[in-house]
Amino acid sequence: MEHIFMGEYDIIVIGAGHAGCEAALASSRMGNKTLMLSINLEAIAMMPCNPSIGGTGKGHLVREIDALGGEMGKNIDKSFIQVKMLNTAKGPAVHSLRAQADKNKYHLEMKKTIEAQPNLDMLQAEVVDILVENGKAYGVVTKTHTMYKAKAIILATGTFLRGKIFIGSSAYYSGPNGLAPSMELAENLSEKGMKLRRFKTGTPARCLAQSLDYSKMTPQRGDEKVIPFSFMNEEIGENKALCWLTYTNDETHRVIRENFHRSALFGGQIEGIGPRYCPSIEDKVNRFSDKERHQLFIEPEGLDTDEMYIQGMSSSLPEDVQHAFYKTIEGLENIRIVRPAYAIEYDCIDPQDLKLSLEYRTIENLFCAGQFNGSSGYEEAAAQGLMAGINASLKISGQNPFILGRNEAYIGVLIDDLVTKGTNEPYRIMTSRAEYRLILRQDNADLRLTEKSYKIGLASEERYAKFIEKKEAVEKELIRLSEKTFAPKEVNEFLENCGTSPVEGRISLADLLKRPQVTYADTRVIDDDTRPYLDYHQITQLEVQIKYEGYIEKQLKQVERQKKLEDKKLREDLEYDLIDGLRLEAIQKLNQVKPLSIGQASRISGVSPADINVLLVYLEKKRRENSKI
Amino acid sequence: MRDETIAAIATSLGEGGIGIVRISGDEALNILEKIFDYFNKDLKNKTVDKSVDKLDNLSKDSMSRKAEIQANKLIYGHIYDNFTGELIDEVMAVYMKGPHSYTAEDVVEIQCHGSIVSLKKILSLVLKNGARLAENGEFTKRAFLNGRLDLSQAEAVIDLIRAKSDRTFTVALGQLEGKLSKKIKDIRGKLVDILVNITVNIDYPDEDIEEITYDKLLKDLEAVKFSIDSLRESFQTGRILKEGLRVSIIGKPNVGKSSLMNALLKEERAIVTDIPGTTRDTIEESLSVRGIPIIITDTAGIRETDDVIEKIGIEKSKEAFNSADLIIFILDNSKTLEEADFDIIEKIQGRNALVLVNKTDLERVIDLKEIEKRLPKAEILEVAISKEVGIKELEEKIEALVYGCKVKAGEGLMVTNVRHKEILDLAGEAVADSLVMVQSGEALEFLEIDVNRAYELLGSIVGETVEGDIIDQVFARFCLGK
Repeated sequence: MEHIFMGEYDIIVIGAGHAGCEAALASSRMGNKTLMLSINLEAIAMMPCNPSIGGTGKGHLVREIDALGGEMGKNIDKSFIQVKMLNTAKGPAVHSLRAQADKNKYHLEMKKTIEAQPNLDMLQAEVVDILVENGKAYGVVTKTHTMYKAKAIILATGTFLRGKIFIGSSAYYSGPNGLAPSMELAENLSEKGMKLRRFKTGTPARCLAQSLDYSKMTPQRGDEKVIPFSFMNEEIGENKALCWLTYTNDETHRVIRENFHRSALFGGQIEGIGPRYCPSIEDKVNRFSDKERHQLFIEPEGLDTDEMYIQGMSSSLPEDVQHAFYKTIEGLENIRIVRPAYAIEYDCIDPQDLKLSLEYRTIENLFCAGQFNGSSGYEEAAAQGLMAGINASLKISGQNPFILGRNEAYIGVLIDDLVTKGTNEPYRIMTSRAEYRLILRQDNADLRLTEKSYKIGLASEERYAKFIEKKEAVEKELIRLSEKTFAPKEVNEFLENCGTSPVEGRISLADLLKRPQVTYADTRVIDDDTRPYLDYHQITQLEVQIKYEGYIEKQLKQVERQKKLEDKKLREDLEYDLIDGLRLEAIQKLNQVKPLSIGQASRISGVSPADINVLLVYLEKKRRENSKI
Repeated sequence: MRDETIAAIATSLGEGGIGIVRISGDEALNILEKIFDYFNKDLKNKTVDKSVDKLDNLSKDSMSRKAEIQANKLIYGHIYDNFTGELIDEVMAVYMKGPHSYTAEDVVEIQCHGSIVSLKKILSLVLKNGARLAENGEFTKRAFLNGRLDLSQAEAVIDLIRAKSDRTFTVALGQLEGKLSKKIKDIRGKLVDILVNITVNIDYPDEDIEEITYDKLLKDLEAVKFSIDSLRESFQTGRILKEGLRVSIIGKPNVGKSSLMNALLKEERAIVTDIPGTTRDTIEESLSVRGIPIIITDTAGIRETDDVIEKIGIEKSKEAFNSADLIIFILDNSKTLEEADFDIIEKIQGRNALVLVNKTDLERVIDLKEIEKRLPKAEILEVAISKEVGIKELEEKIEALVYGCKVKAGEGLMVTNVRHKEILDLAGEAVADSLVMVQSGEALEFLEIDVNRAYELLGSIVGETVEGDIIDQVFARFCLGK
């Protein structure tokens, strides 16, 4: 059947989840005429699993997305119902913000933003094919045979692509949350030579709040002071809801164990690989059989719904078993399940087939993001969506790709991990994946990234001005604090009150702040009227920079060392088979990944230090041959 | 990478009379200046003097000579340990300023006596002063990367990298199949436990897992530190077992030095007479005491003399004396202590010394209390060598000294490789740093850096990378997730 040509765009985004939304917004904000397509517009920024944004590592990603001019931080600030800063007992590098979201509000607010965004069209349509000619993508075809052309395409299909839901022995093709799956597109992508594989994830049941007995559970409150995700916000209001903690018990485990054979997971029906950090309850009971109980959090799905999310209890057991084991849990005895737990399997690519710009290696102008790339999580998806949007925009205007280093952002770590090392399970960010954790903090994401984003035309004037204001305020105050000094008699009483030892000689305010017991707010009482007004973000930055100066410097030196390797560039069209001295395994890996630098090559598993030396020698040889000409 | 200064022994270890330690990189000259002194009569007389103020003078002297080290001139002098003041060897050194050198970087070559002991001592010292041990083929690699070698040699360079690294791998495997590898893996296992706990506490603060306590961290890290330190201490033992214990016998003429040597050798080798000065040359013998290889030197009696031949002998004695692991100082039970004895006592201060009071079959005249007073740390053994009294006890003492109390041959762990020792030192430091942070209650993510560093360092001995280890273990051991 003939395609009906319906229009031409600069960039087309397939999918409207967390990756798709960021990609479409970034593209249109960078001045490109953009179309975002989704099987169902109700799926815009849908949260088909847990009703929360952020957490360890993930909170860092949200701050970075925000610093770059993305939407996720602002959107959760509009729709949060409870906020908590995790890890506050530890150092500032691992403080992580997490917010419970009102899912519906999150979806609606994002939809509003997209509707109001100039240059951006959205359309409910199922994309069934991508048009490729001479190795270049140039358009998409929908189920209804309409065709749209574009200079670049971004694939962000999430769990829709050949999605298959498993509940007990039942298995059927479906997108998340009962939405239609995308079947034809998967076929056509395979035909175009894209190697697809199967990953799996799962979600627990939803139940009605009215059916739970809260007297048997422990309430979980948010922080007294609600801290916003977005650097653009200061006050975003109060917490609006409670979460609840309860535990599984022997009886729960017995019911689950007796029904292992009825689980789709153990029955062998599921071929996809699931994430280890997100195991189903049957998996937990099986693998950690000595554990007497597993905790679960009961979290509201929103303020306008009675539905609750049972965190910690995803399952692919049949519904009767689900009812039976949920009922064994304290507080859940009379549970009324309104959506059963399920496992979902979907198609995704091997991210080692991507470039660091997220462009597919063998199909030009085709960019990929989110779960389609083998990651997991809303934040990981949004981060890639944003970067794919940026890089597609840069590509079609003939500019160099925007690649963040591992020393610059968690986003850099995430994408480098995926593309360079690959992944065998849905990939989740963790702070321990970042080797420069001390400088990649959530408090300084704007200082690290906003200027870069402003330069490529994404971060707004308003955001840039705010960043400059913060940077200068902090720098100025740092100088003032180190110049303002006190005699012992002026501060010793204050120090005693703070629970720290007195001083013998003059001491600067900056040095006082180095002490863990002394906060910037505390020092107000001894400070004078030259003290400026600083907002929350500025104060946090100031304190971290003073208190952790030594560690930060040490890490910066490490970065400097590694940078030398990152600066040695490798050509993307290098044929590694032709380089003498490389081992076969290294040749295969290098040919697949096509690293952009010696630094990136050194992170590929299967490439040894000796191989790196061979590459160095090769580079020098080439350099000299070229200089002869 | 390239700005790191590297060093290695450039000659093959073994028989050669001259050995070369090569240093390449920006710090090369700096390092030489720190440890080198021109030949100088005044200094030569101070050779065994290690008092602290002398050490200060020494370094001041070196400072003032900085400008005198000219490029491309072979210079003669001594290498001193700038940390202890110990004289290490008499050397020729040359400084070649980059790019006019093999690697096109600043290069220093120190030519010393070919013995493994002095080569390794000098190398260790250079490493202590900031150089990193060169990888196999690294000088050649740098030479190429810096444009020194012809393009046609590129393939040869690659072969070198390939061949050497493969060979190193085999050698390393051979060395590591034993207990050292197992021991290091055990230590790494303990570090993994610690790292996994730190990681899970940082990345999963909400999970129902045991919170890490600083008491436990302290205990675990101390255990790791102890294990690493035991391995580090076994280095000395390991080296001795591989290369032999260098023993220097010292004493006034005719106290029984040659007799002792013969008793240990169980054959007549040195000329034994009653005439002082009979031993005119240093006599070096290799023997084995209870399985420990020993290179024993019977030194000519150290005394002032006009006899030219004897003078040479005396010089050699001093040299053997300076490089000895153990000094056996023999005294005559039947004579009073005199100036020459006190001179020796002065010289062996701070050294690993064993005092033998010989000729106990004769009437006691010597003042033992005085010796104990002057050498409070030395062990004193009473023997009658000619009557074979106390030889067994002496052998036992030597054995105990070599093994210390911590390591025993056969079941002990021997670190014999300078590279391994260097890495163990660095790992030990990293763990010590993390311990300080635990004690001062620093946040987990700060101390994790040093723990992780120790883990990576040890991994480089056994050839295992970190890649994914910790995160895999986190998920294998803890039940995490929604």
